[in-house]
Amino acid sequence: MNNRIKDAFASKQNLLNMYYTAGFPSLHDTLPLAKALVAAGADILEIGMPFSDPLADGPVIQRSSSAALANGMNLPVLFGQLQELRAAVPETPVLLMGYLNPVLQFGMEAFLKKAAEVGVDGLILPDLPLDEYEEMYHPMFQKYGLKAVFLITPQTSEERIRRLDALSDAFLYLVSGPGTTGGTTLPDVDAQREYFQRITAMNLKNPRLIGFGIADKSGFDNACEHADGAIIGSALIRALQDTDDAPATAANFVQGIKQA
Amino acid sequence: MTTSYQQPTARGYYGEFGGAFIPEMLYPNVEELRTRYLEILADPDFQIDLQHLLRDYVGRPTPLFEAKRLSERYGTRVFLKREDLCHTGAHKINNTVGQILLAQRLGKKRIIAETGAGQHGVATATVCALMGLPCVVYMGAVDIERQAPNVARMRLLGAEVRRAESGSQTLKDATNEAIRDWIANPVDTHYIIGSVVGPHPYPDLVARLQAVISEEMRAQLLEKTGTELPNFVVACVGGGSNAAGAFYHFLDEPSVRLIAVEAAGHGINTGHSAATSVLGTPGIIHGSRTLLMQDEHGQITEPYSLSAGLDYPGIGPLHAHLGASGRAEFISITDDEALKAVSECSRLEGIIPALETAHALSALGQLGAGPDDVVVVNLSGRGDKDLETYLKNMDKLI
Repeated sequence: MNNRIKDAFASKQNLLNMYYTAGFPSLHDTLPLAKALVAAGADILEIGMPFSDPLADGPVIQRSSSAALANGMNLPVLFGQLQELRAAVPETPVLLMGYLNPVLQFGMEAFLKKAAEVGVDGLILPDLPLDEYEEMYHPMFQKYGLKAVFLITPQTSEERIRRLDALSDAFLYLVSGPGTTGGTTLPDVDAQREYFQRITAMNLKNPRLIGFGIADKSGFDNACEHADGAIIGSALIRALQDTDDAPATAANFVQGIKQA
Repeated sequence: MTTSYQQPTARGYYGEFGGAFIPEMLYPNVEELRTRYLEILADPDFQIDLQHLLRDYVGRPTPLFEAKRLSERYGTRVFLKREDLCHTGAHKINNTVGQILLAQRLGKKRIIAETGAGQHGVATATVCALMGLPCVVYMGAVDIERQAPNVARMRLLGAEVRRAESGSQTLKDATNEAIRDWIANPVDTHYIIGSVVGPHPYPDLVARLQAVISEEMRAQLLEKTGTELPNFVVACVGGGSNAAGAFYHFLDEPSVRLIAVEAAGHGINTGHSAATSVLGTPGIIHGSRTLLMQDEHGQITEPYSLSAGLDYPGIGPLHAHLGASGRAEFISITDDEALKAVSECSRLEGIIPALETAHALSALGQLGAGPDDVVVVNLSGRGDKDLETYLKNMDKLI
């Protein structure tokens, strides 16, 4: 089975994982945004499955999620779009990020099966408890060849990081500091560096991407000093809020991050 | 004897409901609480402090009052457990007193809470003032409008009230915002949840702290009726904290019928309701697997009740289990029926109940209780905070 995530980390450095909410700004932007982001240099696509009550997300992604739901986005619609998307960007790893409740209503196994069929590579389900993943769902993920991505925060214990690392075979998502997505408060730079260096020194088997609060080129470059790349979401969504040409805006955004 | 009704499993499950479905950012906080709450609650020094505050500050035990005129009206023996006489006017302070003592022992320096009707917000602001801890209360923008007196009380007590502007701008959204605050403040902050909802161990923690209600009921019933066990215990359920407290020490007494009363809003099938046991299906809300109101795609839908305290799209996992197992019976009461019960209780007993509580009182006519039956209604709160709503609905009250 091909493994686009592994291939991406093996062949590239300083990976840019771009998050955007499916069905935002309009219902059928999911595919054109993917093409534009990849053409402009995004290395991984992380597509948000909108949820009514996204607990780990700040106001920007909350608003994009509400708008996407109002546009008519739901999992059956998204799976239809992903089929085309996979054909359009055949090499790029595609992750789905979202909360557990809509997935459970769809049915976990049905969801994993469908995700695999349309060419999804991995899943980020932040409110899926690790114990339940390990006991109930890990074999199911393996059966369908899907990778689980886990979050780590500055408060996550070393023992738990080792467990998350052992259970994952994609990458680890380092949450940059306290707060929900799209935070604008300046981090404590020393504490953040200490945290990133502590994780680096653990010699984990999985590569690491840093996310939360990374909005521009300097944030991206800083993250690349401490990890294998970064995840950007809210800053892109913010740019997409007031544009008439979402794909062009997205392309500009990525070019701004990736310019030498 | 311990049974599955009182005690969740090690992972916080009551039957198929409960658990802790939380993002990693919350894991250290919730895990700290989970590993320490039982030991702290059992600590003799903690118990001395708690009993002292419950007696001298909250005003416990609260009376169990035999409501003779309501009894006559309904042809049965009605007792009212007077939680409305607690300091701050509702049962909510039983929980906040316990959790503030817990927060101190966890070394926390800042308190956050969510509130719907404002009673939990006031009860939290009160204990924070008492202990000198800063307090932030999240409240839906809609609830800020309809429960203005409680907003003023929280501010007077020194708490900061923050508006939740997302979704239906009610209790669900206030809870989302409180959880996001906790994510942003993972070390120094304790989140005092006001109901038996949220990730394990909150449902069990809050149920244990509210269990004093039924503990007192048993002793008071023995004294007044010659037996500790009534035939019915009736309580309203939004998230379900007063019901959990009123039911707790009767859960393992199968002869006692437990009646949980939900808000039907405009009516169960009107699309404007908060009757989760009827309209809900299993899913995850606020970190717990329970019954919740959602659409076919798992998006949480907006509940409706005139009563801010019952305007919540889920119920605590304990109650979901009590309903699924048949241990508790669920009744739903419309806005108009509740308003009628407000005036009935006011005029027959001289007690103006909270709008939430009035839902429980309204169930008296539906119990089929006989003249020799003993019915305890948990009078969870007083109606002062609802006066504006009552004034607007005077035509339905008279």
